[in-house]
Amino acid sequence: MILTFIEHDRGKLNESSLEALTLARRLADDMASRLEVALIGAEARALAEPLAAYGAVRAHLVEHAWLDDYAPDAWAASLAQLMAATSPDVVVAAGSERGNEVMARLAARLDLPLASNCTEVATGQPFRVTRVRWGGSLLEEAHLKGSPALLTVAEHALAAESISKPPEIDVRPFVPTLTEEDMRVRVVRRVEPEREGVSLTDARVVVAGGRGVGSAEGFAALEELAGLLGGAVAASRVATNNGWRPHADQVGQTGARVAPDLYIACGISGAIQHWVGCKAAKHILAINTDPEAPMVTKADYAIIGDLHEVLPAIIQKLKS
Amino acid sequence: MNILVCIKRVPETGARINLTDDGRAIDTRYLGFTVSPHEECAVEEAVRLIEKQGGQATALTLGPDEAEEQLRAAMSIGVDNAILLATDGREWDPVATAQALVDAIRDREAEQGPFDLILFGNESADAGGYQVGVRVAHALGRPCITGVKQLSIEDGRVEARREAGGGWEVYETSLPAVITVKEGINLPRYPSLPGRLRAKKKPITRLEPTWFDGGLEMIRMKTPVEEESQVTILGHGPEAADKAVALFKELGVLS
Repeated sequence: MILTFIEHDRGKLNESSLEALTLARRLADDMASRLEVALIGAEARALAEPLAAYGAVRAHLVEHAWLDDYAPDAWAASLAQLMAATSPDVVVAAGSERGNEVMARLAARLDLPLASNCTEVATGQPFRVTRVRWGGSLLEEAHLKGSPALLTVAEHALAAESISKPPEIDVRPFVPTLTEEDMRVRVVRRVEPEREGVSLTDARVVVAGGRGVGSAEGFAALEELAGLLGGAVAASRVATNNGWRPHADQVGQTGARVAPDLYIACGISGAIQHWVGCKAAKHILAINTDPEAPMVTKADYAIIGDLHEVLPAIIQKLKS
Repeated sequence: MNILVCIKRVPETGARINLTDDGRAIDTRYLGFTVSPHEECAVEEAVRLIEKQGGQATALTLGPDEAEEQLRAAMSIGVDNAILLATDGREWDPVATAQALVDAIRDREAEQGPFDLILFGNESADAGGYQVGVRVAHALGRPCITGVKQLSIEDGRVEARREAGGGWEVYETSLPAVITVKEGINLPRYPSLPGRLRAKKKPITRLEPTWFDGGLEMIRMKTPVEEESQVTILGHGPEAADKAVALFKELGVLS
């Protein structure tokens, strides 16, 4: 049996879980195995039945008074107990922040290896996985020897795919036994977003600046262009490390991954650490003085020139 | 406060990564080395905490002997001493790495008392396993909060915040604890010249842990296939503004 951990936040499904479920279903087909899912917390109840569309034949609803909000050790303890009761051959989760965290805690409890952020899995003894390194700049082929095999699926590595003839799904409750120790780490409260305007990850247009912007003040032109296009401003690691922009604006391996319709890269050279954060954009326009800069050669469109001259000219045209 | 900060030596990559012929390593002949960005911030956070609250900080790494360079870098901004778990260049998987760290931490704690706080980066820049800190915390029986971008510690109480959807999730726990941090928690300082000189004299304990197969064995690496794109040059300098606006219209992004 292949068990997929379906992640949600207070009842809102994390779509990456459907990608993980899709990979798990293909693996189940290869192994002639059953596909089951685990959902944690009462608020996940409504999410269970629609998962039949992705091939799940059984959903385990893990419910406990302490599982209403995120508590990673308690979630891992619940999964460990569910595994003891159901004996899966493989356990799969999304390679999201929480997916990786819960699976790491599960792996630590069970003293098993964990292959995080896989893009492909082939059955066998051992399992052969392909996993992401350097935030996606490299792939690694590896052997995963633990049993059951624990893995997470890199986000956006494959598209979620429903099946034409969904099976009947059997939904059953599972009540874990949790201890005080399992509850030492949990969300005790939340601070809601302060920022106004469109968020970086939702914006259709992102105007990003790097070393070439030169200063915090230099971002004024990027702000203005983003405002005119209804977009958001982003920055490279150089810009955030220089304190020109807050870290929350950073796009790249150690910042946000964005996928806007248009990504305008201003004065960004295009190191791989930045590229992995913006490569999912539908279109990329680079503005750079160096025609050989990787950002320019990898972009769809480019303007060769100084952003301090090019941006004001574009802004003026847009205003007139 | 007695703080341990765990770091990893990684190559400083640029616009592309070249692999060795057998695909088992990155060709680093022309590359410098650094620590993973998250860990750079973990070191800075450790130093800020001891500057404010007193105590001492130790840096720990598992890596080749050359990783002394990264330990010295940590000591140049204020870490007091370091432990190098020297490897022969083989790849250590997360299970084996965590075990070696746990053994070293237990030995050091038996000699010098417990670490109140153990800091990690959320994930390494290269292997990105997202698990070594969690495994170490579990083995030591200590609470672990991951992905932290704001940390405050007072009278043994820890408040840690993690970014979530533009806002924050707030976690609380008490020391001793393990915290994995993300870049953005602080802006790391540059080492001063006197700092560098002092770092040369600070002690590094060198140990040689025994490699074992932790169950995730790297076979080879490869570069992902990316779609070939052909760049269209819209023009040069401010004269290209018309073309840019035409492009915005064509792509339907004019609001």
